[in-house]
Amino acid sequence: MGKKVEELPQLKQFREWFEKRHEYAKEWKRKNGGKVVGYYCTYCPEEILYAAGVLPVRILGSHEPESITRPYLHDMYCPFCHDTLAQGLQGRYDYLDGVTLAQSCLHMRQSYFSFVDRVPNIQWSYYMPFPHGVNNPHAAPYLRSELEKFKSAVEEWTGTTITNKELDGAIEVYNKNRQLMKEVFELRKSDNPPITGLHAMEMVVSSQIVDKKDHNEVLEALLEELKDAEVEREAGTRLILIGSEDDDRSFLELVEYGINYPATFVYEECCTGARYFWDEVRPNEDRLMALAERYVYRIPCPAKDWATGELIRRRFQHIERVIKDYNVQGAIITQMKFCDPHELDIPALRDLFDKHDVKHLTLELDITQPVGQFRTRVEAFLEALGEEDLFF
Amino acid sequence: MEVKVRPLECWNDFKKYRERYYKNYLEAKDKGGIRWAGSAWAFDAIPHGLGEDVYPLTGEPYGATCAFFHDFSRQCLETIERRGVARDLCGYMRNYWGSIAQNKYLLPDGTTVEPFPKPDFNFTIHICCTHAKWYHYAAELEGGVPTYAVDISVGPGYLLDDKRINYVVKQLNDAISWMEKITGREYDDELLIKAVYAEADSMSTWARICKLNQAKPAPLEEKSMFSLYVLNLINRSDPEVAKLYHKLYDEVESRVKRGIGALTYEQFRFLTDNPPPWAFLKVYRYLEKEYGAVSLGAIYTFGLAGGWLGMDEKGEKWIWEPAPTPEEAGVEITNREEALRWTAEYNLRYRASWQHEYSHWIRKLETYQMIKDWNADAIIMHINRGCELWNLSTLEVRDYLVKNNIPVATYEGNMADPRDFDEARTFNVIDSFMQSMGIERISEK
Ligand code: SF4
Ligand code: SF4
Repeated sequence: MGKKVEELPQLKQFREWFEKRHEYAKEWKRKNGGKVVGYYCTYCPEEILYAAGVLPVRILGSHEPESITRPYLHDMYCPFCHDTLAQGLQGRYDYLDGVTLAQSCLHMRQSYFSFVDRVPNIQWSYYMPFPHGVNNPHAAPYLRSELEKFKSAVEEWTGTTITNKELDGAIEVYNKNRQLMKEVFELRKSDNPPITGLHAMEMVVSSQIVDKKDHNEVLEALLEELKDAEVEREAGTRLILIGSEDDDRSFLELVEYGINYPATFVYEECCTGARYFWDEVRPNEDRLMALAERYVYRIPCPAKDWATGELIRRRFQHIERVIKDYNVQGAIITQMKFCDPHELDIPALRDLFDKHDVKHLTLELDITQPVGQFRTRVEAFLEALGEEDLFF
Repeated sequence: MEVKVRPLECWNDFKKYRERYYKNYLEAKDKGGIRWAGSAWAFDAIPHGLGEDVYPLTGEPYGATCAFFHDFSRQCLETIERRGVARDLCGYMRNYWGSIAQNKYLLPDGTTVEPFPKPDFNFTIHICCTHAKWYHYAAELEGGVPTYAVDISVGPGYLLDDKRINYVVKQLNDAISWMEKITGREYDDELLIKAVYAEADSMSTWARICKLNQAKPAPLEEKSMFSLYVLNLINRSDPEVAKLYHKLYDEVESRVKRGIGALTYEQFRFLTDNPPPWAFLKVYRYLEKEYGAVSLGAIYTFGLAGGWLGMDEKGEKWIWEPAPTPEEAGVEITNREEALRWTAEYNLRYRASWQHEYSHWIRKLETYQMIKDWNADAIIMHINRGCELWNLSTLEVRDYLVKNNIPVATYEGNMADPRDFDEARTFNVIDSFMQSMGIERISEK
């Protein structure tokens, strides 16, 4: 037997990166002398920034209550977009040189524009009209043309030329990161998943904020260690987490470690989970087309997943595969308060879980509010699921 | 200022058109026609090519009509919420879904009929987070109606280039093949071309009508404009709609020449900026009656239904001038490709309400310039919980206007959820604002 999972240094490293993300970025800047760009939304083609020697970091919230954004964003917009802007206004992103948004939901857009205008250290910003109709065949060629403009803007700002060589280098690092995280996820299919949802979330979110090269090294070591690591906890009910931006550690801790009925998230279908890294860039002589296809054909965010002739949601098709492959027994839908794209899918999503006989619980989350209020509901949900097991 | 007032002569023409429109949709199948449903922002010229018996139902005006009849709206909202639909989603959409879920169709006089008439297809656009997903789920509620949404998220008009326009044109081309397939009809390009001309005519003429409201006294007030602008939201590519707008233009122009206004007493001119709370249009009447305050319009009423030049090429100034029609631009549309390109470009470039999603800055300039051009004394902003798109940037705009010495009042509400509106509080906001502006009640004069 190897080390206990909870003691693996790699998992501790992910957590430390997550907690000290601003320190990491400042240190990276000091060491590399490069620029750091904050990005809103995971549709940002990070590879292009990385190829120019820029460190892309995802702008995240801090889950603390705040009221400084209220003069700029109305409270009908999601707590995440408030929280991200609050970080900028409080100076926590004082090391950023630039900020960018690949067009996503309206909430992010609002927060992005206020961030650009009101955070004094931002020298460069770029708004990319990323297509929403990712289910239509013209989206990828169209995105390619937008990527070309983005690339030129980055080149001009950084004074670099991004050749195929640099793009290939960036794609290789990013693809490797995706492959390695998928390998970790693969292990979660087993009856006794070695890591929890909390570990997985810390792994994925840390990949969004550190240099992927550093992340890859730790991932490789983690995969080695996990081969014979000692899993101490009982897996219990196998859960899928459905949501938008779910980096709220206290919520995962509550479900997996804080309830009397054992449960483990085996998959996170959210943009701080699998949706971020699942799909790789496929080689193509035209590198920008390769990137365009990756971002258009990745598992879509609900903001971009709707009918263009056929009544299908690609995200749902993926969820159906995950239910089967990961032997999912229950689903927790964490609905970010006021998040329209996700809310718009919820009635149909519940029908989908019913169809597959997967019990589900929907919780409306405000990421800046304590999660303790959900204890009773989660407990009742897990208890009911546990009892079902007794009868079969 | 005491003002001469006259009722609008073409009022009934607009009213009748709207009644006929909802009835036509209802009865389309009896005549072997086609029904389609979609956003008021859909490229509505496209289905015209399927024949002259093709009848649309646009969702936002339908949702607004539901909201206006609050009891029906409450039933819709509660029915759909029981199915797990979140209460903070688009108010129009929840009324629309609720109407389907109840299987009841509302006519503009407030009567309801059953069943809800199912469309042959949904055809819409996607710009806010809601549009395409609205019709996707509506289609599921109706048992699988074929649905096609066109992605128009290509950035603001002044930054358009060929690739961005082509992206939309290609989707429109695909949509035509798709419509032919699902309806079994052959597409008629001549009908499309006629519709595309009519669309620009209707929208640019509405813009010219709005410009007439710069006059003092204002010949129109916004509450009445809601009944006029709506034809552009329900069927703007119908040549009959274009004709009605020409008739209205002539009448409003003559009112300006004769000094005929909308209010008998005009002492305060203001703008608004969002869809109004449809169940509480009395806010407008209160302002008129108590304060002689005329609502001149809004980036909503003008921008949703009108074609405008919008941002200048450098992105530094907003220009509230009507957009050119094909004739004015010296363009002759002779085939499908030209027609699709024209309608795509006209909408993407000149539809004011498709511009300000792309930055706070655009909306700030757009609003500021409207206040200047229409000689408004102030703006009263509806912080509208019912629409995330129209409420986008509102607080940043408020901040900008205040910094530029424009008086601003705000009240919270919901365009289409009557449960989400505090009437007494709104009137208090208005009274305090008027007091702060030194505007006396008419009765106290
Ligand atoms: S949580 Fe929803 S509304 Fe908020 S940023 Fe994400 S997709 Fe947008
Ligand atoms: S949210 Fe607003 S813009 Fe979007 S469909 Fe509803 S009313 Fe229209």
